[in-house]
Amino acid sequence: MNTNKEILQEKEYTILNLGPTHPATHGIFQNVLKMDGELIVEAEPTIGYIHRAFEKLAEHRPFNQITPITDRLNYCSSPINNMGWHMTVEKLAGIEIPKRVQYLRVIIMELARIADHIICNSVIGVDSGAMTGFLYVFQWREFIYEIYEELCGARLTTNVGRIGGLERDFTPLAWEKIHKLLNEFPEGLKEFENLLVRNRIFMDRTINCGPITAERALEYGFTGPNLRAAGVDYDVRVMNPYSGYEDFSFEIPLGTNGDTYDRFMVREQEMWQSLSIIRQAVEKLEKMEDKTTFHADVPNFFLPDKEDVYNTMEGLIYHFKIVMGETEMPKGEVYHAVEGGNGELGFYLVSDGGRTPYRLHFRRPCFIYYQAYPEMVKGAFLSDAILTMSSMNVIAGELDA
Amino acid sequence: MSSLTQEYITEKLQSKFGEAIQSIEMLHDFLTITVEKNSLKPLMKFLHDDETLNFHFLTTLCGLHFPDQPAQFGMMYQLHNMPANCRIRIKSFTNDSEPVFETMSDIWPAANWQERETYDFYGYRFHGHPDLRRILNMDSLVGWPLRKEFPLEDPFRGDKDDKMFGR
Repeated sequence: MNTNKEILQEKEYTILNLGPTHPATHGIFQNVLKMDGELIVEAEPTIGYIHRAFEKLAEHRPFNQITPITDRLNYCSSPINNMGWHMTVEKLAGIEIPKRVQYLRVIIMELARIADHIICNSVIGVDSGAMTGFLYVFQWREFIYEIYEELCGARLTTNVGRIGGLERDFTPLAWEKIHKLLNEFPEGLKEFENLLVRNRIFMDRTINCGPITAERALEYGFTGPNLRAAGVDYDVRVMNPYSGYEDFSFEIPLGTNGDTYDRFMVREQEMWQSLSIIRQAVEKLEKMEDKTTFHADVPNFFLPDKEDVYNTMEGLIYHFKIVMGETEMPKGEVYHAVEGGNGELGFYLVSDGGRTPYRLHFRRPCFIYYQAYPEMVKGAFLSDAILTMSSMNVIAGELDA
Repeated sequence: MSSLTQEYITEKLQSKFGEAIQSIEMLHDFLTITVEKNSLKPLMKFLHDDETLNFHFLTTLCGLHFPDQPAQFGMMYQLHNMPANCRIRIKSFTNDSEPVFETMSDIWPAANWQERETYDFYGYRFHGHPDLRRILNMDSLVGWPLRKEFPLEDPFRGDKDDKMFGR
């Protein structure tokens, strides 16, 4: 008689904590991974590590003080968030923005898009083992930050623009730097592309890594480059043009597989399109007769010059009213969306006529699409999961609000 | 701009849901429909499944709290028909002290985390939700932070008296 016990083969999984602070996650999020060797069986994301209650804070702040909060959503492209917020309030208050200001804003937003895509794409390179390209293009991101600095005095959390226009006109130095970017960045970007686009190792690492179909991407609420990489030509700038985007001609780059390589390529092409938009805007502005307007004529919202505040009664009154939040706001609710660095960034604003919003909800694109992450990395290698995450451009500040 | 007209949508919804639709308004550029809570899910499903309406994309959803209204707790959904480039906003209110809404995560998986977020901040339960837990706040948090009665910070602090600053 055989008394040996029957051998039961049991599968043993390893539980692996990826994050909360891991250099490869580029932000503070945790993923509890169930691993079968090097393959991911299940992923369970935990988010909220840098939740700062923006929606609650916004209910306690005057409209102009909410702009710095929006900086801290997607901090790789703060100017787009700032502009989106200004436009939301302008929509509610019915403020018409002069064409010149709209084009200046377009320039700022496209600079921000380039800065955002530079980071995301070069980090995809880093995560696949290519550090060099990252260091090359980071100089250009620094240069864009220098332009921001010239436009508003800040670099990362820009707080650029004001309700009703911009805080100040572009300075001659800012124009000089924008022209320098237009002339010299294409070469830098081309160099970066030459390092990666047809690179055998990079292609092998990224093609078919973390793919998603167009149907699934739509169901999961994907927007922005991630959705376009899957082949859906949805871009807020074209579908619901704002800030004069209808006057520009540009293409929407599309992918087919929705994998990491396609996401990379869509962003790469978008940077070229953004450059073309900036160039068009500069041309339009040069042709325009108006060379000085940088805000709409809305004394109720736009702070008067300091000189007027000290010397005229009207200026002092308006200054006081704006600073103390005494400006009348219409009641109502508006939704305004802009094409952010990583998708449709929406502001749903309910106003009861008070000095603060009654309710402000941010549609944060990466919060919505990050929930597809477990499905996208299921069955993939751990190293591919890292690449997938960085190619989705999940920004912790926006994810956690 | 969009080929789906407001009249067509409202007519279609009214013929199907009639009484359940409480109001139809145009708020700025947004068609906003308020619907009775029991008909919310069938209406959303109809908007999603109907071939001509085809609201296939859930843009966003969030909770609303109006303590002064008889039906104080509400939900807001925004849908998008991309081919026709048509957007619609659906709202629904309830006066239950512990509101329960039907989940939309079986129609749009995108609703999963957003409903968790709404639960996290408003305490609404979503019937049929696969995994209703807090998402952004810590599990030990007591209360529902975005309800109007929840204070932003300790109300007894004297050093941050907002009354002095006109807020």
